[in-house]
Amino acid sequence: MRIAFPPTSRRALPLLAVACLCGLALVWSTPLWWMLVACVRTIPYGSTQAASLVPDLHPTAEHFVDAFAQGDFARWYLNTLIVTLGILMVQLVTITLAGYAFARMEFRGRNLLFYLFLLQLTLAPPILIVPNTLMIVRLGLYDSLPGVMAPYFASAFGVFLMRQTFKTIPRDFEEAAILDGANFAQMIRLVLVPLARPGLIAFSIVSLTSHWNEFLWPLMVTDSPDKMVLTVGLTSFVRSAEQAADWGLVAAATLLVAGPLLIAFALFQRQFVNSFLFTGIK
Amino acid sequence: MAQALADAAIVGPRPERLIEARRTRGFVSAHAAFWLLAPSLFLLFLFTYVPILEALMQAVSLEGFGGKFSGYGFGNFQRLFADASFWKALSNNLVYGLGTVAPSIALAVLIAVALQDATRLNAFLRTVIVFPVVLPLVAVATLFAFVLMPGVGLLDYHLAKLGISGTNWLGNPDTALYAIIGLSIWKNAGYYMLFVLAGLQGIAPELHEAAKLDGAGAFTRFLRITLPLLKPTLAFILVIAMINVVTQIDHVIVLTGGGPSDSTNILLNYIFQAAHQQGDSGRAAAATVISVAALLSLSVASLKTLERGMHYES
Repeated sequence: MRIAFPPTSRRALPLLAVACLCGLALVWSTPLWWMLVACVRTIPYGSTQAASLVPDLHPTAEHFVDAFAQGDFARWYLNTLIVTLGILMVQLVTITLAGYAFARMEFRGRNLLFYLFLLQLTLAPPILIVPNTLMIVRLGLYDSLPGVMAPYFASAFGVFLMRQTFKTIPRDFEEAAILDGANFAQMIRLVLVPLARPGLIAFSIVSLTSHWNEFLWPLMVTDSPDKMVLTVGLTSFVRSAEQAADWGLVAAATLLVAGPLLIAFALFQRQFVNSFLFTGIK
Repeated sequence: MAQALADAAIVGPRPERLIEARRTRGFVSAHAAFWLLAPSLFLLFLFTYVPILEALMQAVSLEGFGGKFSGYGFGNFQRLFADASFWKALSNNLVYGLGTVAPSIALAVLIAVALQDATRLNAFLRTVIVFPVVLPLVAVATLFAFVLMPGVGLLDYHLAKLGISGTNWLGNPDTALYAIIGLSIWKNAGYYMLFVLAGLQGIAPELHEAAKLDGAGAFTRFLRITLPLLKPTLAFILVIAMINVVTQIDHVIVLTGGGPSDSTNILLNYIFQAAHQQGDSGRAAAATVISVAALLSLSVASLKTLERGMHYES
């Protein structure tokens, strides 16, 4: 058999592999597909068809109306935007400065400092929630958005990223700028930062993604409803959904929280993937 | 520290360095280096180094009645070690680690190898696998709250058509941790796949062609060429995956809160509960010290790997 039809048997394996992969892709995409289908579909109360994956031909916006009525989404979006953009703005300054120092300057203790920075990569803030909360309380930042942001203002990972980026830029550019009469600050701002844009963009994507998705830390250091971010707000829907079995509402609320990133990812897939790779650590 | 940095001279007696130093000296001094590093250093001290020391101090401080400081000792550690939940959390974390790290990396390698050719179908399938990576872990948890719901839930509803039904995945202590493991694999495999894909691009096609000419089959080439050359990539992914195992608990908090009967309680969730719900900061600090020690040894053991990982560029 096998000898008689060698081309078939050789092709059978890839076909099987393709089938397995498609099956895997199906499993992977089903929860997201369900979210898209369920958030615009009406299910009569008591129905057991909530898990159906067939889209309704008459989409409804009622779950989104309910979601906005139940949750303070305007406030949550605003808080999440303030937190993610606030963190990013400060980070861009701190990592550019420190990255430049590590890339271009030679000073005693540089390697030691470098490794001290590196430690922050593994000792990520989540593991330090207990002492960091204490610190935030002491600084008077408990239950405030700056308290949510502060531990992330310095980013070891960003510093390394910028160090790598600056190292790819020839020194000639800097020297030319200085010869033309630029001072140090001008040289960084007008020459290096534009040249380092790929690194800065890669870092920004990773930073925005991870802080948009952050949950544990904001949960830990905020208390009042008007300080909630999207992820913390979302959890209130799960509890009520389990009692009311209103899964369309959960799907809608989840889409409202994850949607902006999913859309951004779909539009700028290549940049997202490149920056995840560029970075390695979120 | 400041003085040491300020005094620091430009080192390196090699001639090319001296020339370089002279060329840049006009606007780059050791003082400048200090001021450029100062903002980051200050923040790292405030939110990384001091908190580590503080957790240590808090862990060995004892409280008398009314929460007043009453001396130093290992009382917090004794209480921690006497707590069955702590040991349960530790062993759960081990099972969770073994259950997520190896399968998600193996899956990532298999998918990446299968999808490495740039066809349209492959690009589409890759996108599908990567989508969960950008979802917030909390959103994944809310979706899986429905996926894992007994009866009406996505999994049970469709398994029922195959004749398997009635499993309360999250409600049963025997299955809850595996449900959490499944969720983590779904969320993270795509992330690891991206690195494997990047690693595969670094393997020269000539190696495969030469082996093919020598009669090596696809499986042999995978074992003898692809896997050995992916080793640095895999080491790097392993480190990230292990860090994720210790630091990600959003899904546990949302879905189970560590239950039923501690079956999904992992270390960071234990710390979170001790500090946030039980108000026992001494025991939380002692558990923090244990996890910091574990992560520190992991990072010291993998410093080189992490540093190399920073060089991943597309």
